[in-house]
Amino acid sequence: MTNWDRFLDSFFNARVAAEYLPKIIEGFWLTILLAACIILAGVAAGLALAVLRSLGIRVLNWAIIFVVDLFRALPPLVIIALLYFGLPAAGLSLSGFAAAWLALSLVLMAFTEEIFWAGITAVPKGQWEAARSTGLGFLDTFTLVVLPQAVRMVIPPLTNRTIAITKGTALASVVAVQEILGAAQAGVSFSFNPTPLTLGAVAYLVLFLPVVILGRWVETRFAWKR
Amino acid sequence: MSAAIVEARGVHKYFGGLHVLKGVDLAVRERELVFVIGPSGSGKSTLLRCLNRLEEPSDGSITVDGIDMLDRRTDINKARQRIGMVFQSFNLYPHMTALGNVALALRRVQGMSRAAAEARARQALERVHLADRAGHYPGQLSGGQQQRVAIARAIALEPRVMLFDEPTSALDPELVGGVLQAMRELRESGMTMVVVSHEMGFARAAADRVVFMDGGRIVEEGPPEAIFGNPQQERTRAFIGQIERH
Ligand SMILES: Nc1ncnc2c1ncn2[C@@H]1O[C@H](COP(=O)(O)OP(=O)(O)OP(=O)(O)O)[C@@H](O)[C@H]1O
Ligand SMILES: [Mg+2]
Repeated sequence: MTNWDRFLDSFFNARVAAEYLPKIIEGFWLTILLAACIILAGVAAGLALAVLRSLGIRVLNWAIIFVVDLFRALPPLVIIALLYFGLPAAGLSLSGFAAAWLALSLVLMAFTEEIFWAGITAVPKGQWEAARSTGLGFLDTFTLVVLPQAVRMVIPPLTNRTIAITKGTALASVVAVQEILGAAQAGVSFSFNPTPLTLGAVAYLVLFLPVVILGRWVETRFAWKR
Repeated sequence: MSAAIVEARGVHKYFGGLHVLKGVDLAVRERELVFVIGPSGSGKSTLLRCLNRLEEPSDGSITVDGIDMLDRRTDINKARQRIGMVFQSFNLYPHMTALGNVALALRRVQGMSRAAAEARARQALERVHLADRAGHYPGQLSGGQQQRVAIARAIALEPRVMLFDEPTSALDPELVGGVLQAMRELRESGMTMVVVSHEMGFARAAADRVVFMDGGRIVEEGPPEAIFGNPQQERTRAFIGQIERH
């Protein structure tokens, strides 16, 4: 057997591929489910924090900034491990899926809050003044005038950050979630052959390449003229 | 002589340690057009912004259309509907059409239905000759058109007084005329107006009274002929001389 044959047999073994493909496909759907849950929770919570921060209540803002900096500073894997291995000690145990979801949602929330906050503060003061001078209240001005402009400005960075964090779903393999990477690693240890990892890489490409291309499109689409 | 619609008395404004308004008294009668001039930093914008409480005066009293603007019990959002304001930088909402810009406060503040608000907004756009641009976004309009939409946004609320803060200063010279024309027509309709501007030709033609401010105080006021032709104060003379050389 030449080196080349050995290489093919290791990474592109048809028999192993056929055997583990169903597992990888299951993992593929699980990755999508996990990512969708993270995006929903993370973006919603991040937006909510940014809105709360706009109220300008000092103590609340300190708390928000603390939480945001905390989850931006901690490596996501550390948060997952803390939730999964640490919480049971406190009498509360989470499934691997729940731990990964919660951890990555918190990280996405933190980055999303910062991004929305930057967008909100980037809306010119004149917009507030024009709206308030017509008698609109704080809430109407914020929701109808300022926030729509802020959202529009932050769509490109938000898209990029969201893509980056959903790729972190691979970390869930560490806490025994059979998402793409988890399923692939399990396949490797049963078959003693790395071909399932090749399948996993292909699955990630199928999933994320369109998303990355979408992100690129969003970036040009929203590079707008004011 | 009719009663004052705007009455500011002894208005002071500090920004931190900076004393920007030093006891300003200004009364504007119904249908009067008061023109405010003065060097940069003399407090013209600050005075205007105190009138609708975009800035909180540090001391003094302000009544507009009989409403005590500084009383804590005054519903400021309601009071502000009687005071239209036009800004140097237009400040149109970029994500809304011209019609949407004008209709927003009608719907949200005056509680009109969408149809009623849009009908009224269209009338306001007609008054500034922009009915045909109702569906355009600010980014698709010239600066002059944007400023006229901003005027429409303010007059749609049927205010008792309109405040203009250098409405033509951000415009290319060829676009100034359209905005001044809209203001002239507004004046002819009987609107009470306070205008901060360097458009001296407009002041001579349309103002009832010119107020010269310097260093946070009103230094001199009077009819345009008097202020421009025969100023009594040295500072006024120097300022008028300076702009007329331009
Ligand atoms: N929000 C603020 N905070 C601190 N200082 C301010 C603020 N707004 C205005 N000032 C200061 O108050 C003074 C008066 O400003 P104002 O804008 O009223 O002048 P102005 O007469 O309108 O001048 P211009 O012709 O340049 O528009 C200036 O010295 C300015 O720097
Ligand atoms: Mg000014």
